[in-house]
Amino acid sequence: MSRLATTFEELAKTGRKALIPFITAGDPHPGFTVPMLHAMVDAGVDVIELGVPFSDPMADGPVIQRASERALAHKMSLKRTLAMAMEFRKTNQHTPLVLMGYLNPIEAMGYEDFANAAQRAEIDGVLTVDLPPEEGQECRELLKSREIDPIFLLAPNSSEERIKKIDAIGSGYIYYVSLKGVTGAGHLNVADVETKLKQIRANTSLPIGIGFGVKDAETAKAVAGLGDGVVIGSALISKIEANLDDLDRAKYEICELLASMRKAMDGRSV
Amino acid sequence: MTEKYNMPDGRGHFGPYGGMFVAETLIPPIQELNAAYQRYLDDPDFIAELDADLQYYVGRPSPLYHAERWSRELGGAQIYLKREDLNHTGSHKINNTVGQALLAKRMGKTRIIAETGAGQHGVATATVAARLGLECVVYMGAVDVARQSLNVYRMKLLGATVVAVESGSKTLKDALNEALRDWVTHVDNTFYIIGTVAGPHPYPAMVRDFQSIIGREAKQQCLAATGGLPDALVACVGGGSNAMGLFYPFLDDSAVKLIGVEAAGDGIETGRHSAPLCAGRPGVLHGNRTYLMADDDGEISETHSISAGLDYPGVGPEHAWLKDTGRAQYVNITDNEALDGFYALTRMEGIIPALESSHAMAYTMKLAPTMGKDETIIVNLSGRGDKDMQTMAKREGIEL
Repeated sequence: MSRLATTFEELAKTGRKALIPFITAGDPHPGFTVPMLHAMVDAGVDVIELGVPFSDPMADGPVIQRASERALAHKMSLKRTLAMAMEFRKTNQHTPLVLMGYLNPIEAMGYEDFANAAQRAEIDGVLTVDLPPEEGQECRELLKSREIDPIFLLAPNSSEERIKKIDAIGSGYIYYVSLKGVTGAGHLNVADVETKLKQIRANTSLPIGIGFGVKDAETAKAVAGLGDGVVIGSALISKIEANLDDLDRAKYEICELLASMRKAMDGRSV
Repeated sequence: MTEKYNMPDGRGHFGPYGGMFVAETLIPPIQELNAAYQRYLDDPDFIAELDADLQYYVGRPSPLYHAERWSRELGGAQIYLKREDLNHTGSHKINNTVGQALLAKRMGKTRIIAETGAGQHGVATATVAARLGLECVVYMGAVDVARQSLNVYRMKLLGATVVAVESGSKTLKDALNEALRDWVTHVDNTFYIIGTVAGPHPYPAMVRDFQSIIGREAKQQCLAATGGLPDALVACVGGGSNAMGLFYPFLDDSAVKLIGVEAAGDGIETGRHSAPLCAGRPGVLHGNRTYLMADDDGEISETHSISAGLDYPGVGPEHAWLKDTGRAQYVNITDNEALDGFYALTRMEGIIPALESSHAMAYTMKLAPTMGKDETIIVNLSGRGDKDMQTMAKREGIEL
């Protein structure tokens, strides 16, 4: 059983929802990332999505685009991201780590080499934004045979047929993109999410993480009640961006925001 | 080739290339587009409306012009120019935007978006949007906005909003990223008119089909003028829409050589170029698998070309397939060689070509002398050079 399955099962037992932060590996410099991952665990997160920097992040808003640019300026890569994951695992054996990024770095490494490297780094899940089910069979099977969960997105305009398809091939959790737009957009509508989640729930028993447009304790609390986890990315990276000259402060503010979300989310489900 | 060419397959694959590599939110609109495209492809009313637009609005057929003086000067093959520069808006781009706009209208979309490099596709899109009364937003890299300011002004005149894209390398690839972000945000009412034979399925096949009017006409015109098929076709390749449009109707005519000309920029050996087929490798970008310029980690490389329209790190997936199968051959021409082609055609035939098309002219200057006087080359003169007057004048130290 993968760490993701175990984590969501344990959370479900206590009626809690997963807090899932996203940061880009190597932003603003490679030395920042691993200590930040540990600090986020201490702040109460359950699963971590680690962004693999890419030159052309087509589904991301400006905040995460700039995070990729800062990381790439330090020659970050998929290889170095995997090395960070390995470093993290040396002292943390329980927090699931999901790689999130775009396909071309994986293509360049080769699917099988990537799957092997991800296994060595004890990666728990892989979410490749531009690899839909239709194109992803080969990569998916290589990951699954190494007990790494292929994680897929669902969107507000996903059909029922689509939900069933992703239920059949995905594992770990489903990432529900709460709005039509890019990461960090500001128009999340809780009522719309609630309606769509009913349709998704009717067609899958996989846990559902909700992301895109979650920015504070209030939105986290609002969507936590609807799914099984809350993903927050751009709002965290904005803290890095606002404190590039004082990264200790960035780290402190990120942890403070996550702790407030944790509190708000737990308060709701008690 | 004895079997009839029949690509792509049902899922938009040209062998290992092409496909539909997009985020989940774009799957429904792409499926919707594909359904509409398949439906109208053979619809008599749609075809009749398209044909009428191409004749009366675009000004087709475009002539196949025998460049007699230039042919004589080069001392080899007879050179024929397919005059796409004479189309309304000055390039082949309008063939495709007219077609996609008719689709958008039938699908009930009220808003059009596009990416553009040199601005030719942006102008062609703004033009059809103006004609149909649709809102139009064009994404253009900030670098290209600066070097193609004339086309920026044309788009604005036509009522389009031009967004200067400041991310990444600020050229065509970044404009495409931004257009995809717009599409994902306004997916319900927006039709994305992609300007080249790249992007997720069905764009590569659909844009090719709309552009293949070039090759269909050229074939008839060549038969009428010379009594036979041409020996070689030459066209510049950025994304590759003018080349695919010319090549496609000749794919089963195996005696006809197909030559695509990529932009070698400062020279392939300098790394400052835009020639993925000649010097790149397969990867995935902007919805399709194709040859790309990328580093060992799969990060997309910055590209360079004097012509904004060729300044792109990828290429249409069908060209990748034609390269691998050997049906087409891909060569490259540097900035300086392209300038030679630009001046040659201007002074020898009184036709000022676009800098993109000048790459095809430059290769023709190398190819024609190696062929016999009884042989024929058709070169796609894909656009006219008006938009490049500022760039050229600046190179000559002249302030306009």
